[in-house]
Amino acid sequence: MNFKATILESGDIARALTRIAHEILERNKGAADLALIGVHTRGIPLAARLGAKLRELEGVDVPLGKLDITLYRDDLSEIAHQPIVRKTEVPFDIARRKVVLIDDVLYTGRTVRAALDALTDLGRPSSIQLAVLIDRGHRELPIRADYVGKNLPTARSEVVKVKLAESDEADVVELWEDE
Amino acid sequence: MTRSLLDFADWTAEQVQAIFDTADVMHEVLARPVKKVPALQGMTICTAFFENSTRTRLSFELAARRMSADVVTFAAGASSLSKGESLRDTIETLNALGVDAFIVRHEASGAAHLVNKYSAKPTINAGDGRRAHPTQALLDAYTLREKFGSLEGKKITIVGDVRHSRVARSNAELLPMLGASVTLCGPATLLPKELARRGVTLTTDVNEAVKGADAVMALRLQRERMNAGYLGSLEEYAATYQVNEALMERARDGAFVLHPGPMNRDVEISGSLADSPRALIVRQVENGLAVRMSVLYHLLVGRGA
Repeated sequence: MNFKATILESGDIARALTRIAHEILERNKGAADLALIGVHTRGIPLAARLGAKLRELEGVDVPLGKLDITLYRDDLSEIAHQPIVRKTEVPFDIARRKVVLIDDVLYTGRTVRAALDALTDLGRPSSIQLAVLIDRGHRELPIRADYVGKNLPTARSEVVKVKLAESDEADVVELWEDE
Repeated sequence: MTRSLLDFADWTAEQVQAIFDTADVMHEVLARPVKKVPALQGMTICTAFFENSTRTRLSFELAARRMSADVVTFAAGASSLSKGESLRDTIETLNALGVDAFIVRHEASGAAHLVNKYSAKPTINAGDGRRAHPTQALLDAYTLREKFGSLEGKKITIVGDVRHSRVARSNAELLPMLGASVTLCGPATLLPKELARRGVTLTTDVNEAVKGADAVMALRLQRERMNAGYLGSLEEYAATYQVNEALMERARDGAFVLHPGPMNRDVEISGSLADSPRALIVRQVENGLAVRMSVLYHLLVGRGA
């Protein structure tokens, strides 16, 4: 795989998340009844960071959850390797809450579809909104994000790598070419 | 991950750990309002039970349904077996009907291997003769690990009719792989010497067997063994080998008690001990569902299936 470009650096990621936090508050008229649910793996630290920003801005702790969508994937019978299943941890009732689902990259939309199925098995939120750090296009399903850190038109042969300090060596978004 | 689960011959501790990790997730699924995930949607699983069973068959069927698979049940008594059809023909018929996996219980040791030979689809051994019952051992080990955190260095004592017990054999394979030592105890007639190996001790002295044990598992005493001359009488057996409060005083403080079920109360285990807080018998059944969901996921998901 060949490196092509750095798309976002640490400061860019922080600013994008601050903007998304403002947009979430504006659209929902505050943080009442909100919940943030990150999709494994990198949606989870992004959800925690958004939660911290909402606390700074509004002085409230928005409930945080972790969602694993492996058991809901529509390609489980086709994949060569068995994906590791991780725990879904949503330690609050999502019924009647405005849930913001958070992931790092929005691509085909299949992960989001699986996440919507997984979420509705947990309860009936009053609404589900979608926040992503990068929207790289190439949707295969009628899904769009409500909050986007950066729109990044890509070729299918390209790979977007989101690295976050919580799990990687630093905060950075990179574009690579798959060989 | 191996394609079938017949015994633990070619399994590693890492593979077992992967089963346990996914079983943890399955517990979380079972606590949800909708206790079902679509991971095996579109698959058909056959529970082929050539021998009677209640908890194992129901546990497997529910596990498959919780994963959204379709389940067909083959009950030997109501089948063409009574017309003389062979095991091979039965399996080939079920194969032709589009079954994606077989869960097999059979009174003959090695039957699950035969099914695995006749079918290209994954086979899970749900108990074959006296040879193996791997998912029971997995749920036993999972239940103990849940209590101890790790099985490393733990002494697990299994008391009863070891000779005819596939549960004892599978546990004697699995528990030492996870770092535990296993002591098998029973009357000399029911204690085959060939089971002794690294990590497994055999003794007829039940007081010595239970001394310092972290957990004691009582095995079901199969009454038909008395007719075969292995035992004098039930009373005689119970007087010596029954797992009860008095015997448990020799074990470690707070040692746990297990039983694979079904129990003969006040024969191999005292009813009061089975109902006590140190008994994990109900938890074994609960864990069995999560462990079997995990096994189905690991064997059936992915192109290797």
